[in-house]
Amino acid sequence: MTDAMTDTTTAKMPETVNTQAAIDKFLAVTGAHVASYLDACIHCGQCSQACHFYEVTKDPKYTPAYKMVPIAKAYKRHKAPLSSIKRALGFAPPELTAEDLQEWQELIFDSCTMCARCTTVCPMGIDIASIVAVSRQAMVAAGLGPEDLMQAAENARTRGSPLGMTQQVLADRIEWLSDEHEVEIPLDKDKADILVTVSSIEMMKYPDSIVAMAKIFNHAGENWTISTKGYEATNFGVLSGKSDVAKIMIERLTSAAEAVGAKTLVIPECGHAYGAMRWSGANILGRELPFEVIHITEYLAKAKREGKLRTKPMAGSMTYHDPCQVSRRGGATQAARDILDGFATDFREMKPTGNYNWCCGGGGGVQAMASAADLRHEVFKIKIAQVEETGADNLVSACANCRLTMDESRKSLGWDHEIQSLVEVIADHLEA
Amino acid sequence: MTFLEFTEGPLWYIALAVFLAGVVWRFVGILMLGKPTDRSVARHSSASGAIKAILLHSVPHGGNLPRTIYHFVVGYAFHLGLFALLLFAAPHVEFIEERLLGVSWTSMPRWAFIIVAEVTFAGLILLWIRRATDPVMRKISDWDDHIGTWLLFLAMLTGCFALQASNDVLRAIHMLSVEVLMIYFPFSRLMHAFTFVLSRSYTGATYGRRGVTP
Repeated sequence: MTDAMTDTTTAKMPETVNTQAAIDKFLAVTGAHVASYLDACIHCGQCSQACHFYEVTKDPKYTPAYKMVPIAKAYKRHKAPLSSIKRALGFAPPELTAEDLQEWQELIFDSCTMCARCTTVCPMGIDIASIVAVSRQAMVAAGLGPEDLMQAAENARTRGSPLGMTQQVLADRIEWLSDEHEVEIPLDKDKADILVTVSSIEMMKYPDSIVAMAKIFNHAGENWTISTKGYEATNFGVLSGKSDVAKIMIERLTSAAEAVGAKTLVIPECGHAYGAMRWSGANILGRELPFEVIHITEYLAKAKREGKLRTKPMAGSMTYHDPCQVSRRGGATQAARDILDGFATDFREMKPTGNYNWCCGGGGGVQAMASAADLRHEVFKIKIAQVEETGADNLVSACANCRLTMDESRKSLGWDHEIQSLVEVIADHLEA
Repeated sequence: MTFLEFTEGPLWYIALAVFLAGVVWRFVGILMLGKPTDRSVARHSSASGAIKAILLHSVPHGGNLPRTIYHFVVGYAFHLGLFALLLFAAPHVEFIEERLLGVSWTSMPRWAFIIVAEVTFAGLILLWIRRATDPVMRKISDWDDHIGTWLLFLAMLTGCFALQASNDVLRAIHMLSVEVLMIYFPFSRLMHAFTFVLSRSYTGATYGRRGVTP
């Protein structure tokens, strides 16, 4: 693991780093909102107190505000109001260097899950997660970024999915799952009210989740389909900073939904996929989406309200891990609670929970970076403590990426608690 | 023209002009950078989100208080004290009436001034000590953070001397230190006194659309 970290942080010589391209990108993405963040930061360091990477290492370099240094340097030297006077007087920050970019690569990629927990503690309300997101675009412009994350984005572009789930693989696996579990999983129906998207993490690592979704949509009597035209919900273009890939992924889903005339596009158990499509999709595409985008937990809560979802109560104690991009950054915090209300007979909230919950350690593409594995395993110790404090037997979440992160970390740390999918748990308790 | 007349005359007007023009230029300049239209379908109002964020981020929330209590207590002591001194110290009330607004209000008694000044000094010094010693703050601080602190410290210190001795030279030195601070202000991180509204609003509006006030 140490070798992998060394590889990704020192692979490029300074002369091969396109520093000017990074500066240009930093300046291009600095609108009024970003500028206000860079100008308002008072370097108080309180954000460190909310960051899981600082929490487990106590290393000041992981302070979220420190991650803004490269973009702040570019902005304050070239674009900030009054910067020309400061430059003339020699008070502007020095020019950004290739060495700066290389030093910050680990901070912009490996050690930020863009969970936005730091925003909750910031007296200025700075959304550092969004700064990191645009900083990744500048890093990519410079030719930097973890190779495995970049490869995942390229896989998405060329093969349809970061894990190589091509259209054929999708069709084959759906056929297999359908036969194996004797459940109808509609693929490529001409018309449907609901287009259901899938996360390749689920399809390749937790296929039972796909079966569970199918059982639920069939149980609710929905007219739904999966489409080979646009199926991959994860958006590694957004995570990697490759804006062109981000747009391609949004276009595929949009085209598929429009082709079947869907009124609703359902994002599966994947936090960042929800953020990418629900909150960034229309902005990346450059036009409003002609259908609603909802997370699977929002669908379940709505179906329950409408009487379409009938479940038997679940015995045993349960706690719920809020995926950051669904709750704190997504605003769908209440949906899971609505589903669990009356279903989980002994539900116990973590402390803190909801919009203030600690991240699993693997969001923002960090899960896909081998160089970040040791660090995120350390971060998972926070989650272990949170879960054990509840004393709950069942740990449930609604994000396959969180689930994979937590599964890998618990195996690495020898923690014998299983992480369950909310959708699978619900599917297992459907009334006949 | 005496030194006092210079600092209360031409230099005062120069400092005031730089301060006002600089603050407006920088504040408006940030706004003029613009922000792309958010095309996502809003779940809730971005306007109410912005207002909520402005209010909510004035106080620790989300269970973070135990972790940030030093900054909360010391920061509030310093800021409240500073505003009290600025607006209610007797010479300031007089100066505001004569030179700025033409109206006056009740100033704080001397005993209150002494208490408030001590609290404010303690706040500023404790914040600076933390900046100089805490590994996180040392890592992220730059020269601007220190210059702003020291200029403010000097302005406060010379102000106390001037009030204590009622001496023209000390009063002029206080005016000079304040004018240096005012000229430095728009170019520095002291601008957070105004830009906090922007940063909280943008975050509040963005997240407000999503139905969250983080």
